[in-house]
Amino acid sequence: MKTLVALVPLLPLITFIIIGLNFKRMPKLLTSILACGSVFVSFIFSVILFWEIKNGGQPITVTLFEWLPMTRTTLNFSFIVDQVSVWMLLIVTGVGFLIHIYSIGYMKEDNGFNRFFAYMNLFVFSMLILVLGSNFLIMFIGWEGVGLCSYLLIGFWFKNHQFNDAAKKAFIMNRIGDLGFLLGMFILYIVFKTLDFVTITKMCVFLTPNTHFIPAITLLLFVGAIGKSAQLPLFTWLPDAMAGPTPVSALIHAATMVTAGIYMIIRTHALFELAPFTMNLIAFVGIITALVAASIAMYQNDIKKVLAYSTVSQLGYMFVGLGMGAFTGAMFHLTTHAFFKALLFLAAGSVIHALGGEQDIRKMGGLRKALPITWMVFLIGTIAISGIPPFSGFFSKDEILLHAFEHNKLIWVLGILGSMMTAFYMFRLFFLTFSNKFRGTDHQMHHMHESPKSMTIPLIILAVLSIFGGILNLPHLFGGTEILNNFLAPVLNAGIKVKPTTEEISVATEALLMLVAVSGAIIMIVFAWSKFVKNTNVPSEDNIPKSFFPKLFTNKYYLDEAYNFIIEKPVLLLSTLFHSIDLLVIDKFVNSVGNSTVWIGSKARLLQVGTIGFYLVAMVLSIVVFLVLGLMI
Amino acid sequence: MLTISLILIPLITSLLLFLTKDKSVFKTISLASSLITFALAIVALTGFDKSIGRNFVFDTPWIHALGINFAFGMNGISLLLVLLTTLLVPIIIFSTFQQKNNYPASFFALILLMESALLGVFTSSDGFLFYIFWELALIPIYFICGLWGGENRIRITLKFFIYTMLGSLFMLAGFIWLYLKTPYPHSFAFDAILHVSLNGNEQLGVLTAFFLAFAIKIPVFPFHSWQPDTYTTAPFAGSMLLAGIMLKMGLYGVLQFILPVCSGILFYYGPIIIFLASVSVIYGSIIAIQQKEIKRLIAYSSLSHVGLMALAIFTLTADGIQGAIFQMLSHGINVVAMFFIAAIIYNRTQTTSIKDLGGIAKSAPRFAIFFMITMLGTVALPLTNGFIGEFMMLTGIAQYNIFIAAIVGLSIIFGAVYMFKLYQKSMYGDTNQLTESFADLTMNEMIIAVPLVILILGMGIYPKPFLEIAKPAVYTLLQISGM
Repeated sequence: MKTLVALVPLLPLITFIIIGLNFKRMPKLLTSILACGSVFVSFIFSVILFWEIKNGGQPITVTLFEWLPMTRTTLNFSFIVDQVSVWMLLIVTGVGFLIHIYSIGYMKEDNGFNRFFAYMNLFVFSMLILVLGSNFLIMFIGWEGVGLCSYLLIGFWFKNHQFNDAAKKAFIMNRIGDLGFLLGMFILYIVFKTLDFVTITKMCVFLTPNTHFIPAITLLLFVGAIGKSAQLPLFTWLPDAMAGPTPVSALIHAATMVTAGIYMIIRTHALFELAPFTMNLIAFVGIITALVAASIAMYQNDIKKVLAYSTVSQLGYMFVGLGMGAFTGAMFHLTTHAFFKALLFLAAGSVIHALGGEQDIRKMGGLRKALPITWMVFLIGTIAISGIPPFSGFFSKDEILLHAFEHNKLIWVLGILGSMMTAFYMFRLFFLTFSNKFRGTDHQMHHMHESPKSMTIPLIILAVLSIFGGILNLPHLFGGTEILNNFLAPVLNAGIKVKPTTEEISVATEALLMLVAVSGAIIMIVFAWSKFVKNTNVPSEDNIPKSFFPKLFTNKYYLDEAYNFIIEKPVLLLSTLFHSIDLLVIDKFVNSVGNSTVWIGSKARLLQVGTIGFYLVAMVLSIVVFLVLGLMI
Repeated sequence: MLTISLILIPLITSLLLFLTKDKSVFKTISLASSLITFALAIVALTGFDKSIGRNFVFDTPWIHALGINFAFGMNGISLLLVLLTTLLVPIIIFSTFQQKNNYPASFFALILLMESALLGVFTSSDGFLFYIFWELALIPIYFICGLWGGENRIRITLKFFIYTMLGSLFMLAGFIWLYLKTPYPHSFAFDAILHVSLNGNEQLGVLTAFFLAFAIKIPVFPFHSWQPDTYTTAPFAGSMLLAGIMLKMGLYGVLQFILPVCSGILFYYGPIIIFLASVSVIYGSIIAIQQKEIKRLIAYSSLSHVGLMALAIFTLTADGIQGAIFQMLSHGINVVAMFFIAAIIYNRTQTTSIKDLGGIAKSAPRFAIFFMITMLGTVALPLTNGFIGEFMMLTGIAQYNIFIAAIVGLSIIFGAVYMFKLYQKSMYGDTNQLTESFADLTMNEMIIAVPLVILILGMGIYPKPFLEIAKPAVYTLLQISGM
């Protein structure tokens, strides 16, 4: 069993090393087999572990070796397999495997084929370390590791400086969050004298809410989550990260890495439950991010950028869930989102592939005929994310909204608003891409083709999961048994519940709430349809909105400009200032001290040129001085 | 005897090389000698007994009348620094073989003389002897930089020489003061001078003298102004010796003398030093962001890194000091790797100006990987050596004051900014005339790059042995009995 656990992350690492060392010579076929094979075997092992845990197995901690002997504790290099981590294992390796398969077809023509798969395996390894880590520091290895892989893969086509800038931005913005994570860890280490998840969870039971250090710890950890999971104010890197190859966007920037923040908070929920203020802040940041990102998505014309903002927005919903204490709900939405967002990205990739790299939806349209499979799966994904039953996204989003309704009606209203926006921008995207006539070049028209099997099969599997994923946690209302909820319960109930459900919601209310959400979405779909299909509206090239809100949305709330003004410029200015101080003040001063010795020397030299009169005067004066001094003492 | 041999082998080889007329063998001899020294250090490692404080003691009277002994020995901290020195010197020597400049035998003789002096510093257990080696180390590096340096080398090297020499004089004064305080017959032996009892004002005097000496050497803001110019003008081997090993002399001095002797007043005056060190950390890393020349960038980055080490030591926490010691090793390795990278770039393009580079990754993928891993070590990514040190240091600093940890923690963000910027500007983007035909690492360069990479990753993945070696010495310093 222990070997199995260790092998789950190690296999992708091993293939990374093999491919990495031979990236120049390795034939593409062998690379594909190794890269996909290792992730597949990891997936199988994860399934076995899942089965073990599911059938009543106890959580296992596997210690590989003692990593860091600190004064107050020794941090082990060890993994934990419990309900939460094994669930994530399934998502990471399962969705990861499908995306690997898809990538074979997608990257076939690329010169960097081997390099790509090496990075992808390194990513899977890092992500698995993040998921499996049994203490904060091991999680942090994965945490920064995925950031590195994200950097490498965003800048995969490194000849383009714009892509590299995007990659660098992603890494640095993540690092800002990482500093929060680190500081949180330091306080944890000082207070708890350990960084072990299980131990800390156990100790939390003995603490009262708001014990003085708890808010600080949770806020700092939340800063880490903000960076990694692209929430306000640190989300602008994610849309820029779309510079990477599309499978990367699907795997890293939709299904797995960006959910790390959510996973971390679920993992340490016992701490967060002790900090009501932090929880409220999480919900608040989540809902604002969800709305801001959704509003930007409505005005984007790049197929991947729309999906990117949509990811930010959906992650916002997961944070709302966390803030409400609905950890299962967040995990549920994380899972279904992994399915349908990976699906949407990969389908978008299929479109981009078919059009020879075109990403602008204004130059698409009418792709339904040429790309029937892609059309179909994209539609499924779009319905799923828009929250139309019985597709998976409906159930998971609904669970979060239901909790929102219980705790805070305002957040619920905003949530409904956001989900209406979601339905609108997703169907806008869908209609502009697939309906009406093709608006691209004849050349593109001529070469348009459906993607190869290696790409469509993963799409179909993900489509099936996007449809039926809701079963995983079907509410009682629909005769479900809340499988996921029951499965995760042993871990999630380990802490104390600070937020008991204030009022039990009746089945009728629940149904009514669902009805509101669904009708809202449907209205928006119809609106999108009439705008983009019936009236064949296409946003024109130089359409710069004049009115306040559309202008704000199109310009992404001027966030990049704001960062530039608030952070980048001042730091650069400071850099110049310090450098000038260094040269003109400190160095000058040191030099002048040095020069003054030369000057003193040159003057003192004059004392010894042999003027007898001077010597005599000096002698007499000295005698007088000594005499006076002698008399005084 | 082992300690003596460690010092004597490079010393004797160095003298031989000065005298040699044979032009063909001096490279082999210098490399072989440095490797033998390294092997000896490994022997010391295997025979090291953690349970006793000072291993491999050699003690014989030298100037009896003044209580000066020829006394050597190694505690855990010394051993680690001896390992670092003996490891880096062969790498530095071998790396100069790859350069276009044809250095004469005397160049290598000076490097070995330097090694001998550095090993003397790290193993002396007599204050006077320590001072002799401390000053001796300055002479070879002065000639290395002054004779084979770049632009303005005389002016810059002279400044460096006088500045650090000035610091050393303060140190000598401190030693003499301590010596006079030892019970009659006076003695310079560490055991004597480190255990004199001083009142607060006397401690303050000693602290000032020692701190000035070490602060110039480390260097700590605002005593660092010799550093950027010296690194830039020095030949690559010189910069490696300076940044890789010599800076650690200052930190070693802090650990060896300031902590034991001035422990009574550090509570009051430590914050001043902690303030200066924190300024170094932020100041250095912010200046590094806008540097246009690789060596100068490394210099400011180094200022930031060593500032953090000094800061961590003065928190007087076991985690902080352990981290600082580990980071002395990591920084030594990483900075030598960085200068080696700069040397490779300079050899192929005749420039180290960042704006003239670009697109190197395309034609030199192996070099790109080597650079990448070194960079990751420098920005302290987990599973590299840099992370272990920075994590432990910052943990220690957080125990002292969480807000200081938060402020100096910003340097991990700035560090990523300037390193990734450097990497992007030099390795990615379009190639130009200079970088078009940039040759990948040669076999000989691989011989240096591979061990460096293994060290960067290996120490990050399994740091425990290194930490265990230093642990007893650190605990003794802090008088913690937790063994």
